[in-house]
Amino acid sequence: MYPAAFDYSAPSTVDDAVRLLAQLGDSAKLLAGGHSLLPLMKLRFAQPTHVVDLRRIPALRGVRRDGQTLVIGAMTTYAELVASREVFDVAPAIADAASHIGDPQVRNAGTIGGSVAHADPSADLPCVMVALGASMVATGTGGQRTIAADEFFRGVYTTALDAGELLTEIRVPLSSARAGSAYAKHSHPASRFALVGVAATIELERMSHRVHQVRVAVTGVSDRPLRAIAVEEALIGNMPEPNVIGIAAARLADAANEAGEYKARLACICAEQALGKAAQRAQ
Amino acid sequence: MSTPNASGSVLGASVLRREDARFLTGRGRYTDDITIPGTTHAAFVRSPHAHARIRSIDTTRAESLRGVQAIFTGAQLAAGGVNGIPTGWLLPDIKTPAHHPIAVDRVRHTGEPVAVVIADSPYVARDAAELVVVDYEPLPAVVDTESALTNATLVHDTAPDNRCFHWELGDAAATDAAFRNAAHVVSQRLTNQRLAAVAMEPRSALASYSKATDDLTLWVTSQNPHVHRLIMGAFVLGVPEHKFRVIAPDVGGGFGSKIFIYPEECVVAWATKQIGKPVKWTATRSESFLTDAQGRDHVTDVELALDADGRFLGLRVRTVANLGAYLSLFAPCVPTYLYGTLLSGVYKIPAIHVAVDGVFTNTTPVDAYRGAGRPEAAYLVERIVDIAAKQIGANPAAIRRANFIPADAFPYQTPVALQYDSGNYGPAFDLALRKIDYTKLVEEQTQARRQGRYIGIGISTYIEACSIAPSQVVGSLGAQAGLYESASVRVHPTGKVTVFTGSHAHGQGHETTFAQLAAHELGISMDDVEIVHGDTGVVQFGMGSYGSRSAAVGGTAIHLALGKIIDKAKRIAAHLLEAAPEDIVAENGRYFVRGSPDRGKGFAELSLAAYLAHNYPRDLEPGLEANAFYDPSNFTFPFGAHIAVVEVKQETGEVKLLKYVAVDDVGNVINPMIVDGMVHGGIAQGIAQALWEEMRYDDNGQPLDASLMSYAVPRADQLPVFDTARTVTPSPVNPLGIKGAGETGTIASTPAVVNAVIDALAPFGVTHLDMPLTPEKLWMAMRPSTGRT
Repeated sequence: MYPAAFDYSAPSTVDDAVRLLAQLGDSAKLLAGGHSLLPLMKLRFAQPTHVVDLRRIPALRGVRRDGQTLVIGAMTTYAELVASREVFDVAPAIADAASHIGDPQVRNAGTIGGSVAHADPSADLPCVMVALGASMVATGTGGQRTIAADEFFRGVYTTALDAGELLTEIRVPLSSARAGSAYAKHSHPASRFALVGVAATIELERMSHRVHQVRVAVTGVSDRPLRAIAVEEALIGNMPEPNVIGIAAARLADAANEAGEYKARLACICAEQALGKAAQRAQ
Repeated sequence: MSTPNASGSVLGASVLRREDARFLTGRGRYTDDITIPGTTHAAFVRSPHAHARIRSIDTTRAESLRGVQAIFTGAQLAAGGVNGIPTGWLLPDIKTPAHHPIAVDRVRHTGEPVAVVIADSPYVARDAAELVVVDYEPLPAVVDTESALTNATLVHDTAPDNRCFHWELGDAAATDAAFRNAAHVVSQRLTNQRLAAVAMEPRSALASYSKATDDLTLWVTSQNPHVHRLIMGAFVLGVPEHKFRVIAPDVGGGFGSKIFIYPEECVVAWATKQIGKPVKWTATRSESFLTDAQGRDHVTDVELALDADGRFLGLRVRTVANLGAYLSLFAPCVPTYLYGTLLSGVYKIPAIHVAVDGVFTNTTPVDAYRGAGRPEAAYLVERIVDIAAKQIGANPAAIRRANFIPADAFPYQTPVALQYDSGNYGPAFDLALRKIDYTKLVEEQTQARRQGRYIGIGISTYIEACSIAPSQVVGSLGAQAGLYESASVRVHPTGKVTVFTGSHAHGQGHETTFAQLAAHELGISMDDVEIVHGDTGVVQFGMGSYGSRSAAVGGTAIHLALGKIIDKAKRIAAHLLEAAPEDIVAENGRYFVRGSPDRGKGFAELSLAAYLAHNYPRDLEPGLEANAFYDPSNFTFPFGAHIAVVEVKQETGEVKLLKYVAVDDVGNVINPMIVDGMVHGGIAQGIAQALWEEMRYDDNGQPLDASLMSYAVPRADQLPVFDTARTVTPSPVNPLGIKGAGETGTIASTPAVVNAVIDALAPFGVTHLDMPLTPEKLWMAMRPSTGRT
């Protein structure tokens, strides 16, 4: 497991990182935890000539509130997400997902930005981002831009980030008190990546407790997180009761069927679990 | 550390493992930890094809890389006097095609070495390996086990039909007659899928040659360093044994995979002399999956004949065993002598006939993997017994009990060569049934089914043959050598003791158990005993550890050497006490004249006297040291009953292990905690075969599971608490009454779990599914539209 030779930089500011990236172009890879990149380099499937390590940039780390938004630094580790009270209050689906990634060692090194920017089609967090309606903040030499999660994931290991852009922040909109989110997955027995995973956000009407807003996304069945519009439509305006959720979740079967009958079945089960838990948290 | 048991002895006590302190704190010393100044590093260029002709190899660009010491191809090795790796076990009419450490003109499995690069750093070695250009002419690959026999492509031109051997055991005519007279005949085709051993420590080798003394030293991940030295020295490299030292230091797991002589270690041992510098190689996990010998891979048709009362009359077995691309060291004996001979199980089956075809394919070589042949035998016997019970409407517990070899029938001669020395199968089975509360469980199962919950109960009453291997018995079966063990006990002048054993520990805890044995027999503290193993430079000889043989064979050799020490200590005591040696009694480390226990000598006093040797009679040599070799007179036969209870979720096909009871009879036990640990690990590995693990290849011979991202080894959070117990029927074969415990769990658990899952699926008309029983496979089987009948 010996990678090809590469140069290494560890800038301490976002500006320095962006400048480096602009200079180095395609030959550089960003290191944001390394649990995907380093194995690829050791197998020599990836041979970047320059690795830019982001872990020395304090500004990229941590969770804070900014008005009606929860802002998560891209280099926040899974362990930090799991331990964060604010993450659990605002977006428990993130904690659901992060708490089941790898083992403690992995969770202490792996980061939310690393996972999201890597865009593995079986990863947990990209799908959670879509269900939360999160936005990705990309920083380049020309400044910042914000990309909605729905637009961010473009295919296997492919995102809307331009060459030279760095994912710096993830912004999760704060929802009303009557909102809840959850993530449920079936893991691959070896990799523990999601065989199928479903993330859901539900917001209930204050008085009637009917489903006011809902977002559902699936991982593991497509080249990117798949938004389950049919499931969402079946829930809007209804009470989030088990039978309603069951019927709605079953609508995922068609969407997920391309991945095979069994995965489609698992997707429905995960959707039912995630929606049920999200609804419970919304009460 | 020395926690004595109730009787005050450490023998039979759960003494904590003395080796754990260094392992758990990262202070183990494995091959890769050893660094000699000037060490160079080897990287192998490996075939990306399963089967191809090598047209040419161009190393010019790689050679020009700064830091490259040398690059060698197979042709250079052959020209340099390196022979093929031999097979250690021959069968009649077996084909033994040459196995060059580096392919010469043709590659036969993905990952086979094509060239080796040796460089100053492992990075440069890998960089240069990437620059070696090999021109391949790809050939069609032979992959599938069964159709290998009819495949037009030949893996080896010298093996028509890709057949390595055809082997039979038992009386075919008597078996045919049994089937003619049968009231019921049940049959099943089943596969025993290919597995990877996945030792935690990857294989590693470091070789160093001294020009000054003409000595070659090899540190290597080996379960049997003396066997490595003998075969590599005498057959592959032509290095004389007295100039060749093989050291297997701490070794992190083997499960069989580190018994064998591998190409990479031969190459570094040869190359160090060529370049005049030490050479090291450590496998990556990917290389482990591509090149460590794999296990199992059988396709079998089995038929069982029964009379009207459900008594077994005959068993007919036809197996195709995949051996991979080359014959690994013990490959021929695994699907034959370690498999066919165990087909009687714990049952009285008057007639058995087995025929096995060993086939070559373009896949990684297959050899012994924990259990080695015996899990394959136990699996098919325990499956066909369950299938028979279902088919004739018998209770799976009752049909087993009715067919057990009765306790008064031992020694019992099976129709497949072995003579079981001892056994008492009823009590172990009763204990297992009681522990699991079988009757109540069956009621719960019926109730659960009414509620749409699918619970299954799986029984496995297994037997295995350990204490490998009695030379008289295996010699009569065609082995070229016996597998005895040796021990040497050196008592130092202060009464401290070093025990040299030919057994090798790679997880088994010998440093603790053998110290318990020596401390008990000499009547001294465990803290005064050191166990040394794994170095041909200091240990006299050894056959190593596999086949659950260390305690039964290696332990007995130590026992015999200790007996010689005690005898000599008595003679020294007799000299000092001015008595006749036959009047000296040894008790708890004190030696005294019979009847006068107050006038005696302690072990330490006698040890000192042995080295001071003052006024010794002429026939008493100074010193206190003894050697012993022990060749068992028969195998030992551990047995037991394992019962698994599972629930299969209809919605997902997932299997939940609800309960697991294991009752094993491994004879006398030196350290119950260590035996429990072996049983636990074995059960986990066996469950993994039943439910998760499978090494698959695509039609082109590319491995699909060559990574821990896809090959699913068991993890603690998937397993239930194992409820283990033992019955003790001491083996009459060796003086310690020990049978062996290293493989029982693996052998017993696979059929127990598969039987449980198939039982859970009975309401869906499922009678058999091949392993691994993945959720997807079970979900498909439980769907009404495709439910199998």
